Amino acid sequence: MKYSIFSLARAALSGHKSWARTWRDPAPKSHYDVVIIGGGGHGLATAYFLAHTYGIRNVAVLEKGWIGSGNAGRNTTIIRSNYMLPGNTGFYELSMKLWESMEQDLNYNTMVSQRGIINLYHSDAQRDAFARRGNVMRINGIDAELLDAVQIRKMLPFLNYDNARFPIQGGLLQRRAGTARHDAVVWGYAHAADKLGVDVIQNCEVTGFTRDANGKVTGVETSRGRIGAGKVGMAVAGSSSRVAAMAGLRLPIESHVLQAFVSEAIKPLIPGVITFGAGHFYVSQSDKGGLVFGGDLDGYNSYAQRGNMPVMEDVCEGGMALMPMIGRVRLLRQWGGIMDMSMDGTPIIDRTPVDGLYINAGWCYGGFKATPASGLTFAHLLAREEPHEEARRFRLDRFQRGLMIDEKGQGAQPNLH
Amino acid sequence: MRIACPFCGERENGEFTYLGDAKPQRPAMVALEVAGGAAGEAEAFYDYVYLRDNVAGEMDEYWYHGGGCRSWLRLTRNTATHEITSVEAAPGTGASSSPASTAGTIS
Repeated sequence: MKYSIFSLARAALSGHKSWARTWRDPAPKSHYDVVIIGGGGHGLATAYFLAHTYGIRNVAVLEKGWIGSGNAGRNTTIIRSNYMLPGNTGFYELSMKLWESMEQDLNYNTMVSQRGIINLYHSDAQRDAFARRGNVMRINGIDAELLDAVQIRKMLPFLNYDNARFPIQGGLLQRRAGTARHDAVVWGYAHAADKLGVDVIQNCEVTGFTRDANGKVTGVETSRGRIGAGKVGMAVAGSSSRVAAMAGLRLPIESHVLQAFVSEAIKPLIPGVITFGAGHFYVSQSDKGGLVFGGDLDGYNSYAQRGNMPVMEDVCEGGMALMPMIGRVRLLRQWGGIMDMSMDGTPIIDRTPVDGLYINAGWCYGGFKATPASGLTFAHLLAREEPHEEARRFRLDRFQRGLMIDEKGQGAQPNLH
Repeated sequence: MRIACPFCGERENGEFTYLGDAKPQRPAMVALEVAGGAAGEAEAFYDYVYLRDNVAGEMDEYWYHGGGCRSWLRLTRNTATHEITSVEAAPGTGASSSPASTAGTIS
C-alpha cells in the first residue's frame, strides 16, 4: 500500500478500518540469498538497501521478538553528524543525507525533524576543541556553527549560565541535526523492504549456525526451523557477542546498560537537542511534550535491559544543574537498553573470519543516528564483497592493526572517573 | 543492585567502581623472548586488551569500593539478572597474583 494524502483521506472516510498491513507476516522459506539476523533499525535498513539498491530481493530478516523491540525502540531518537575523525565524518554525514531523504525514499512518515543540536562548552579548552571539531565538519561539507554565550542565551534563555563549576560559555551548533521517530524508522524500513519482497520474520530466534565441511556458514538454526542462506549478516547490537559465539568468535565488545528517561508532557520548551557533556546529561523534547533525556552508561556489563538508581540520580542531577526549572517536572518513564560497546567507541562493519558470516556491531550508544548509513554500507558489503567507501575503516581487525578510531577516547571501560 | 561488601556491609552500587571480568590474565612480558617472539606476544596482548567473552550469565568480576573501605572485591554476578551470588575480598588475586607481575619489569 502506498501512503499519501489520498490514502489517508480514503481511510478516514471508512473510519480507519481499511488500512492494509504495513508488512506481511510470512513463514520462513527454506533458503534465502541473504539472511539478516536482527530486526532492529540496522537489520531492516540493511534488507531494504539490499533489495532497493543492490537488487538482492531474496532476503529474510529474522527477529527473535518483535521488530524494533531492542535498541531501535529504546534510544532517545537523536540524529546528527557532528563527528571529527576520518572514518566517522563521512559515514555519519552519509547517514544524515539519508535521513533527509528517508521519508520520500521509504514512503513513510518517520517524523524527521531537523531541529538542531547544541553541544555546550564551559571552558576555553573545550571551546578550542569544539572549534576544531566544527572546522573539521565544515571542511567536510557538514554544517557547524560555533556560538558564544550571548547567542546561546537567545536560543535557550532558560539554562543556568552561571553554574559555579560549569558556566556556559557557548556551544557548537549543527542545525541539520535533530530527531526522528524511532519506531516509525523501524516500521518504515520494514514496510519498504517488505514491498520489495523481503521477508520480515518475527518471533524467530537464531539458535545456531549451519556450516559446511570447510566451515563456511550455510544457514541458521532457528526456533522456527533451519533456514539456508547464501550469506548471513548479523546486526544484533547488544547481543553481538552471543550470536558471534555461536560461530566460535570472540569480539572486541562488551555489553553495557544505558538508561534513558522521559518526563511528563509539558508545553513546548526545548527547541532542539541540548547536550551537557560535562554534566553527563542531554535532553530534547518529543512532539508529545515529554522531555527525553539521558546520560552515561551504568558502567558494568549487563544484558538485563534495566539500570540502577545511582545513574538515574546522576542524570537527574545533571539536568537540574543545567536547567533548574525542570525540578518540578515529574519523571514519567525510565528504561534501559543494551549497548554493544566496542573498545574504541566506533562500530564494526566487516566480514568475519568465518566464511559467509558478516558483522555489523559495536554501535555503542550511537546506533540510532547511523541507521540508514549502517544499512546502506552493510548491504554494500554483503552484495559486493567489498566495504563501502564510507565504512571501510570500520574493520574488525583494526584493534590488532592499531587503526582504532577513538572519537571520544573511550570504549567500554573509559576508566576516566 | 546492592553489593554486600565484606567489610562495610550492604551498600548501593554507586559506591563501587567496576573493573570487569576477572578471568583475563595479563600475559607475561617474558613471552617476548620465547619462540614465536613478538608476534606471539602481540597476539596475546591483543587478546588480553581487546577481546572479551562478554558473558551473558554468571561472571566473576572485580569491583572497587571507592566510596567505602577502598578494597578490591571479587564478585560473582549474573549479567542477565544483576543477581550477585558471592562477594569476597580480593587481595592477592588479579594482577598481583599473575606471574606477569613478577616477570613484567615495566614500571
